[in-house]
Amino acid sequence: MSLPLLSARDLDLRFGRVVALDRVAVDIWPGEVVAIVGESGSGKTSLLRVLSGLMLPDSGRVLYDGQDVLGMGEAGRRRLMRTDWGFVHQNPRDGLRMAVSAGGNIGERLMATGARHYGNIRGAAADWLARVEIDPARMDDPPRNFSGGMQQRLQIARTLVTHPRLVFMDEPTGGLDVSVQAKLLDLIRRLVADLGLAVMIVTHDIAAARLLAHRVLVMREGVVVEEGITDRVLDDPQHPYTQLLVASVLAA
Amino acid sequence: MSFPLVAEGLSKHFTLHLQGGVHIPVLRDVTLRVARGECVALAGPSGAGKSTLMRCLYGNYSTGSGRILVTHAGGSIDLALADARALRAVRRETMGYVSQFLRVIPRVSAAEIVAEPMIAGGRSREAAETRAIALLHRLNLPATLHGLPPATFSGGEQQRVNLARGFGPDYPVLLLDEPTASLDAANRAVVVSLITEAKARGAAIVGIFHDTEVRDQVADRLFDVTPIQDAA
Repeated sequence: MSLPLLSARDLDLRFGRVVALDRVAVDIWPGEVVAIVGESGSGKTSLLRVLSGLMLPDSGRVLYDGQDVLGMGEAGRRRLMRTDWGFVHQNPRDGLRMAVSAGGNIGERLMATGARHYGNIRGAAADWLARVEIDPARMDDPPRNFSGGMQQRLQIARTLVTHPRLVFMDEPTGGLDVSVQAKLLDLIRRLVADLGLAVMIVTHDIAAARLLAHRVLVMREGVVVEEGITDRVLDDPQHPYTQLLVASVLAA
Repeated sequence: MSFPLVAEGLSKHFTLHLQGGVHIPVLRDVTLRVARGECVALAGPSGAGKSTLMRCLYGNYSTGSGRILVTHAGGSIDLALADARALRAVRRETMGYVSQFLRVIPRVSAAEIVAEPMIAGGRSREAAETRAIALLHRLNLPATLHGLPPATFSGGEQQRVNLARGFGPDYPVLLLDEPTASLDAANRAVVVSLITEAKARGAAIVGIFHDTEVRDQVADRLFDVTPIQDAA
């Protein structure tokens, strides 16, 4: 079998007396969607930030495609984030430039990877706006004039336009209306399958995890208490905390 | 004789931590071998553990002890030990499961739901969609519904979408949990012919059939699942 795309071992992180990560190990393979679920404060967002090099752990190792992510330095991690990786923030304002046009937001990321031909960049931006169901006629509008759902779709277009191999997503549907969430989840599901992306997604939404993820990690107080194929973890949870989490979901 | 699906010494219990850790044994030392082209019907009273056994065979439930050997990719794999990725590969290429209820996804049409596992299994999108439409027609789902998400469909219509999805990829191992529960006589007959054809191409099938008429038409033998008498 192939090797994991990203592999982390023995991650420890403390904020004062609070344990954010306690000897966490994670692997993700090419084309695999892994959800990290747990309540607020369980350490899931810290894990995502450490794996993506946005935050350094107290100790541990992170290997991406054979490269030592923690040892490569800030410049190396920024290069990965420009080329091989993408990060979709919960708040689109953290991933977009609100004063730059929608097309510019997409084009900017392409240009950061070396694209120079204006017509091609504009063409790619229009194509990606359509793929995330934003009318390409809105290309020259700044995202501050967009609804929250549109902003989030634009952030996804900006992230995926460079065809990253691994995308980190932090609560991408958080704070959106339910109907908007459904559309966004379906969009993510299709794009991820079409592009064969590996995705590490943090969510507290069990239904979203079931819809999107091949595999689930359950975190509590900085520890991965259970992991496995999504339907097994959700239908036959073993750990008391996972049982509580699954039992707390309201059936629609 | 070759057995694409073998369960050996399978046991399964549930521990309900939210109910004070109550321990519920469901399966004890179950051994079942299913041959190529054979359909085994699980029999036993309601609550005996038929669906639990089915879910263990699919890897949807973990197993306490025992082995579940599936012939896959030219070898044999024990699903009781397989990791998530290996289990996914088995489900993609080798083993299908038709549950009683369709899990609907907002905005995904009936035809896409049926085509999806065929595409995942390596068919071209065009071939998968053609076969999906043909199966839906065969199961008497009107063409006007093929392009719609099944959330608003009746129970019987949803079940037929589920059946088309399960029979699309020609899995070597097929698990059927009450495949005819909410179908009329005409559609039950279609399901009987789908099962008969799957057996003819060599599929190993395990089914739960409350409809004894259907069961008698497709099952080669019955396998009794008996409730565990808790001696404690």
